[in-house]
Amino acid sequence: MITPGIIMIALLLMATTGYYLGVRRSVAAAGGRRLIRNLHSRPTYYGLLTALWCGLPAVTVFSLWQFFDTQVVAHLVISQLPAEIENLEPSHISLLLNDIRNVIARQGSLERIDPALQAAAEHYLHLQRISNTALFVTIMALSMSALVVVRSRINKGLRARNHVEGIVKGLLAVCSTIAVFTTIGIVISVLYESLRFFQAVPVTEFLFGLKWSPQMAIRSDQVGSSGAFGAVPVFAGTLLISGIAMCVSVPIGLMAAIYLSEYAGKTFRAIAKPLMEILAGVPTVVYGFFAALVVAPVIRSLGVTLGLDVASESALAAGLVMGIMIIPFVSSLSDDMINAVPQSLRDGAYSLGATRSETVKHVLLPAALPGIVGGVLLAVSRAIGETMIVVMAAGLTANLTLNPFKTVTTVTVQIVTLLVGDQEFDSPKTLAAFALGLLLFVVTLVLNVIALYVVRRYREQYE
Amino acid sequence: MQITFVQPYPAIQQEDRVKYQPSNKGEHLTHSLPEPDEDKPGSGTVGKPFLDDPRITCRHVNVYYGVKHAILDVSLDIGRNEVIAMIGPSGCGKSTFIRCLNRMNDTIDGCRIEGEIKLDGTDIYAKNVDVVPLRAQIGMVFQKPNPFPKSIFDNVAYGPKIHGLAGNRAELEEIVETSLKKAGLWEEVKDRLNQSGTGLSGGQQQRLCIARTIAVGPEVILMDEPCSALDPIATAKIEELMGELRQQYSIVIVTHSMQQAARVSQRTAYFHMGDLIEVGLTPQVFTMPRHQLTQDYITGRFG
Repeated sequence: MITPGIIMIALLLMATTGYYLGVRRSVAAAGGRRLIRNLHSRPTYYGLLTALWCGLPAVTVFSLWQFFDTQVVAHLVISQLPAEIENLEPSHISLLLNDIRNVIARQGSLERIDPALQAAAEHYLHLQRISNTALFVTIMALSMSALVVVRSRINKGLRARNHVEGIVKGLLAVCSTIAVFTTIGIVISVLYESLRFFQAVPVTEFLFGLKWSPQMAIRSDQVGSSGAFGAVPVFAGTLLISGIAMCVSVPIGLMAAIYLSEYAGKTFRAIAKPLMEILAGVPTVVYGFFAALVVAPVIRSLGVTLGLDVASESALAAGLVMGIMIIPFVSSLSDDMINAVPQSLRDGAYSLGATRSETVKHVLLPAALPGIVGGVLLAVSRAIGETMIVVMAAGLTANLTLNPFKTVTTVTVQIVTLLVGDQEFDSPKTLAAFALGLLLFVVTLVLNVIALYVVRRYREQYE
Repeated sequence: MQITFVQPYPAIQQEDRVKYQPSNKGEHLTHSLPEPDEDKPGSGTVGKPFLDDPRITCRHVNVYYGVKHAILDVSLDIGRNEVIAMIGPSGCGKSTFIRCLNRMNDTIDGCRIEGEIKLDGTDIYAKNVDVVPLRAQIGMVFQKPNPFPKSIFDNVAYGPKIHGLAGNRAELEEIVETSLKKAGLWEEVKDRLNQSGTGLSGGQQQRLCIARTIAVGPEVILMDEPCSALDPIATAKIEELMGELRQQYSIVIVTHSMQQAARVSQRTAYFHMGDLIEVGLTPQVFTMPRHQLTQDYITGRFG
């Protein structure tokens, strides 16, 4: 039986054959091994050109076929089924299809199976076989004809290298667009679900509402609050915790970077830098333990001795630990950037009688500013996106407060709690997660744009 | 602009030449010339390394980079209001030597300096000497123009600011203006002092660096191949400038261009593999070198 795997292997063999035939043909066209220099390109390029023409169009047809084949086969199977099934709702039909596929997968099991279903399954299999054979024939024909055509075109003057380079350039372009399209896809899907949310909850209420309490009745017979979807407390919590984290990580990270790049000896630097980078590799759950079991109790007991009212889960604990976590992002990037400032600028400053600290403050930091801001931005996005530490150390209650000793919650934590467990994807409670995600995306984007503007405005560019 | 071309070298008497032997510490060259005196320090050097009224005196200076012995027992005086040129093949230690004069070698790991260097009678390597005021006294201009990525004004104002030379904004502006005028750059940049210093042409950048150095009020200016990255017109401007600056400062210039050394300097010192081979008045060194190596170098036999 012909499976897609076999087709791919056959195609690979075709391409390999194409390569060797192309090389041989080009050598023959040149008039023998010794006269290869008469060719426009090296024989390898003729081989590659043949192989690519053998492979690429066939692969394209293969993927398109695979994409549509399932739908066509399913449609044909359904149309064969009794008429009353055809009139069912789409969701029921897809369930039925699943049943048919299960029957195929469980062939030979002792379970009793509805004969109609069994017949449908056999029909399905039959169609699939036909489809695969047809695909095999088509692809082989395509590949072979491409081979024959390209091979017949090979002569001394064929600019095989330029053709191959063109094709490779195209492949590179396709790869680069994948990331772009994925981003666009994510945005569109989040946007779509958010729009559904905003049909249930007004945008203004979401953006400016001061109460966040997403619990609401899922079934009509359930008793529950009607839900309040004001995003302000959640974002305030995110900003509070990120702010505390940045207050910890930026000064410590930057000063560590300055020490490592300008003051520390070579050996110390060689040991300390990798160690700091290990800090970035610790799983955030572990930081979460640390925050919840060590830092939060310490802060609480400290607060109690000072006569302050500290919750057992506080924004301060989560923020402090998060700050420690992102120190490496700031320090490592800043350190690299300070090191990248040319030695000639340091020499210039020292030769004027500047001290080390004056050189760092007036010459190195301004010159390294773009990179430092880049590191800080990366740290900010890590802080905003961080979930685990907050879940474990800051709590789940959405408090609108600036008091770091209170328990707060963040956007990411709310998204997690909204989507964990059995959910219904048409209730505002679940859809709220997408709206939060969208808003978070917009906020980070705005922060990035602002930072880019700041960098462009204040940087001191060296050559 | 005065440009003196080197005259064709007159025939040099063979007996005047001195055969080269690397002088390690304590081991001196054997030669038949009456001077310098064998008993005096630095007598491994041919010619007149010492002056009556020097600004900087260097005695038995040795520099090591780790285990590499980069400067071998160099003794040399640098006079007032003179331009002294350091010439020699690449890697001979000229730059290393002048970087000792303002202790720029301090910033290099593994660099060790022995011997005595005195500025106006004070040992600059003494324990209680602070390098910050020292470097303000002995300014330096580098091979590649290295203006700070700041405005033209801030580039020149930086030194006076960190040393607190100006009491207020008006004084600072005055220092900047006079420094730029002395560096011959004022007319070209007076309308765009707020633009970035890195936007200037190579020659202008180098003159900006000179202005920056002058602004601190140094006594000696070290120039490490200041024109090697510049075109002939910019080079001519800087050479002319050196002639003017000599009225006020001592200038030590390292150069690979012997024509340049001949044009701008009063004295010339020839280095070879870390050894100071010959020092003398520039016309004498270029027309009647006493040492075989100097002769070989200036006639282009190597280097």
